[in-house]
Amino acid sequence: MSIGHTLLGLLESGPRHGYDLKRAFDERFGHDRPLHYGQVYSTMSRLLKNGLVEVDGIEAGRGPERKRYAITDAGITDVGQWLAQPEKPEPYLQSTLYTKVVLALLTGRNAADLLDTQRAEHLQLMRELTQRKRGDDLADQLICDHALFHLEADLRWLELTAARLDQLSKAVRA
Amino acid sequence: MHCLAGIVQPDSGTVRYNGRELSSLPDRERSALRRGEFGFVFQFGQLVPELTCLENVALPLRLSGTGRKAAETPAAEWLERLEVDTVRAKRPGEVSGGQGQRVAVARSLVTRPRVLFADEPTGALDSLNGERVMQLLTDAARDTRAAVVLVTHEARVAAYSDREVVVRDGKARDMAGAA
Repeated sequence: MSIGHTLLGLLESGPRHGYDLKRAFDERFGHDRPLHYGQVYSTMSRLLKNGLVEVDGIEAGRGPERKRYAITDAGITDVGQWLAQPEKPEPYLQSTLYTKVVLALLTGRNAADLLDTQRAEHLQLMRELTQRKRGDDLADQLICDHALFHLEADLRWLELTAARLDQLSKAVRA
Repeated sequence: MHCLAGIVQPDSGTVRYNGRELSSLPDRERSALRRGEFGFVFQFGQLVPELTCLENVALPLRLSGTGRKAAETPAAEWLERLEVDTVRAKRPGEVSGGQGQRVAVARSLVTRPRVLFADEPTGALDSLNGERVMQLLTDAARDTRAAVVLVTHEARVAAYSDREVVVRDGKARDMAGAA
């Protein structure tokens, strides 16, 4: 999962301090893996260097890092591109896909489109594997089957999430 | 799917086939189209229980006036092609679900339809049988240059298609197809 894009997406609703960003990230996406402060600061300095965020203000006193970050127009474009680009279909994508859906809802982008684009990407890979399975190599067929069942599971998750978008949207904005 | 096949009239919208609007055709022409150019496979319960499997496959040809022998020759070929020639003399009640479904696919193709409508064709089958039926069905359709319109809720079955239309909350959405 891209921590940089996720932090950028969280900044879209307004400027925040590094500490606020970490807390917002952990609250929404860090259930089993909260961010380290070091990760937040190194990510923010990279985003700063790339012009995706800017320093909106610095508070005096109380510790070294009290910079307040704001997203730039280039940053907003970057988040939009990341959300619109489907993930390479592979097992264990859940956390990335979940993050993308929540961020799309939070930033008022079209989450249904995001899910459909991803679905098309998954089905295309399933078509290729289905075609490859027509060969004679049984071992290769078994490998394809394993991938197909995993992709199918992901696809069912995409479908169910699409059916629950209204509900999820309310929960996310609450 | 019933609207596409001209079985049911749509409440709104139109169905065009080869430049003709299905809903504007008289009943007689629509059923001629269904018999001559369309083939159908459903989830289950489609074979006539009193007839043998061979007679079931020959039935569409017999109904359009072909003699018994002339109908049963291609019927036997289709059974062989679907890998179920061993059940030709049996009645549907005496064969397994997978075999019965292959007989149904053979029957749907014996008239060499231009469009094959398949509604959850593997819905009642185990994975291995479902997969074989899909492979045989798509191979046969490709060889006879028939288009297949497939309804399924299984992604692994949908992956046999070249193009996907997703229906969600009553709205159809045309997804990007295979390159």
